[in-house]
Amino acid sequence: MTEIVSGRIPHHGRRIIGIWLVLTAVAVPLIVLVLGPHLPPGRMTAEAASQRDANVLMTALLVPIALLVVVCFVYSFAVFRQRGEVILDGPPLKGHAGAQLFWIVLTSLIVLALAVWGSYTLIAGSHGAGGGQGPDPVAKPNGYQHALLVQVIGQQWEWTFRYPTYGGLETRDLAIPNHVLVAFHVTSIDVTHSFWAYELGVKADAVPGVDNVAYVHAHKTGFFQIRCAELCGLWHGHMAKKGRVLSSSAFQAWIAAAKTKNAAVMAYLPKYNRVYFPAPLRRAG
Amino acid sequence: MSKAARFGIVSAGIAAGAALIAFYIVSYLTVTPPVVAATGTAPQVNLTLQTVAAFGHPPHVDWVSYLAENAHGKWVHSTVLRVPANSTVNVTIYQFDTATGLRNPFWGRPRGTAGGTINVDGKTLNVLNPDLASHTFAIPDLGVSVPLKGVADDAKNQCSVAPCSLSEAHTTVKFSFQTGKPGKLRWQCFVPCAAGFPLGFGGPMQSLGWMDGYLEVVG
Repeated sequence: MTEIVSGRIPHHGRRIIGIWLVLTAVAVPLIVLVLGPHLPPGRMTAEAASQRDANVLMTALLVPIALLVVVCFVYSFAVFRQRGEVILDGPPLKGHAGAQLFWIVLTSLIVLALAVWGSYTLIAGSHGAGGGQGPDPVAKPNGYQHALLVQVIGQQWEWTFRYPTYGGLETRDLAIPNHVLVAFHVTSIDVTHSFWAYELGVKADAVPGVDNVAYVHAHKTGFFQIRCAELCGLWHGHMAKKGRVLSSSAFQAWIAAAKTKNAAVMAYLPKYNRVYFPAPLRRAG
Repeated sequence: MSKAARFGIVSAGIAAGAALIAFYIVSYLTVTPPVVAATGTAPQVNLTLQTVAAFGHPPHVDWVSYLAENAHGKWVHSTVLRVPANSTVNVTIYQFDTATGLRNPFWGRPRGTAGGTINVDGKTLNVLNPDLASHTFAIPDLGVSVPLKGVADDAKNQCSVAPCSLSEAHTTVKFSFQTGKPGKLRWQCFVPCAAGFPLGFGGPMQSLGWMDGYLEVVG
């Protein structure tokens, strides 16, 4: 206010833009180069890697916008505060057609660009990005006809896994081979669950009577966490375990061991099907 | 009626309602069935349980339930069991309920038991025909899951009121499992056996003293 009275009108807009540019120039490289490699869900699979790339890009885009808001807020708070006891009305606010147009065009372009990029990633880039695509996936990766089928069965309150390629073997543990395209067929035999294999970048709802397909292509061996991401009842929190990505030879050995371990119960398992409608429902009211 | 009197009546009504809700919640949270300790001496102890199709007494006459036998041979309506740490627990379960089958036949294979087997009516099994199962005894934190064979639907002299007697139709399931460090673990029947509740998992399936309980592992 003193400056207005004395006739010196500082260029607040230039100052704000300057501060914002400096902060942005520092923050964005830090996010991409330092924070980026630690953003979830990692790079164990092609799908997880594309999700991390999306997280890095979104964060890198978000930070300049957030910084602009914060800089304006802090600058206004510091510079335009009333000092002393004299209270005078400020200059009238007027619209600025150019600024408004610029802001609308800029934000529209950002949103449209993200929509195009997101659609490309979902459909062609990473073929569903690890999400469940329903029984008839739109985004199919190359060689999907030869993908290893692994059926994920949600039930209160455990996950079990069937390998139709290996005689319909069912196990409590999940293992998949490295460098092999895997098609998870996710279903449930009671209520709705959600199969979330964190490091694989896979998340697909397990719905009774629905075969929900999600593709994944592992690039690294190791453990991954499995959770149920849909509140499904009393022991929902118990539906957690660790799965493994194994080398091809280790996977074959694991299959052989699992067949031996579960041989006794194999005779009682129903024939492999895309969905199951279990019979023992008569006590269920 | 004066404004102050009306305010007083409304306040008293709200206070009474809040007190009733608090009483209900506290009562629900603090009612715990009595503890039944395993018999014998560590590191080998014994637990004896039974399942009944219908408890037969208030407050839930038709609820399915477990019962536990105490050191005096008396059946107690409880699922809070106390066992020693780092010990072998020899379990005997008398099954008086009929078979309903398992939703997923995969659970016909016992897990977490000694040798991966169970003994059903004198026979050692590494898998139970899933169609014959009535309930399960499962302690997820110990990896224990045991399918329990049910009584045949057409069996004579079926039990209708707890506690059931061994002279009534039953199957006997025996197995052993190992406890670890001290702690309080949950155990549960995982067969959706709660008749009359959505998907069979309500009522007795989530009530302490019925098909859901604690395993107190003490040092």
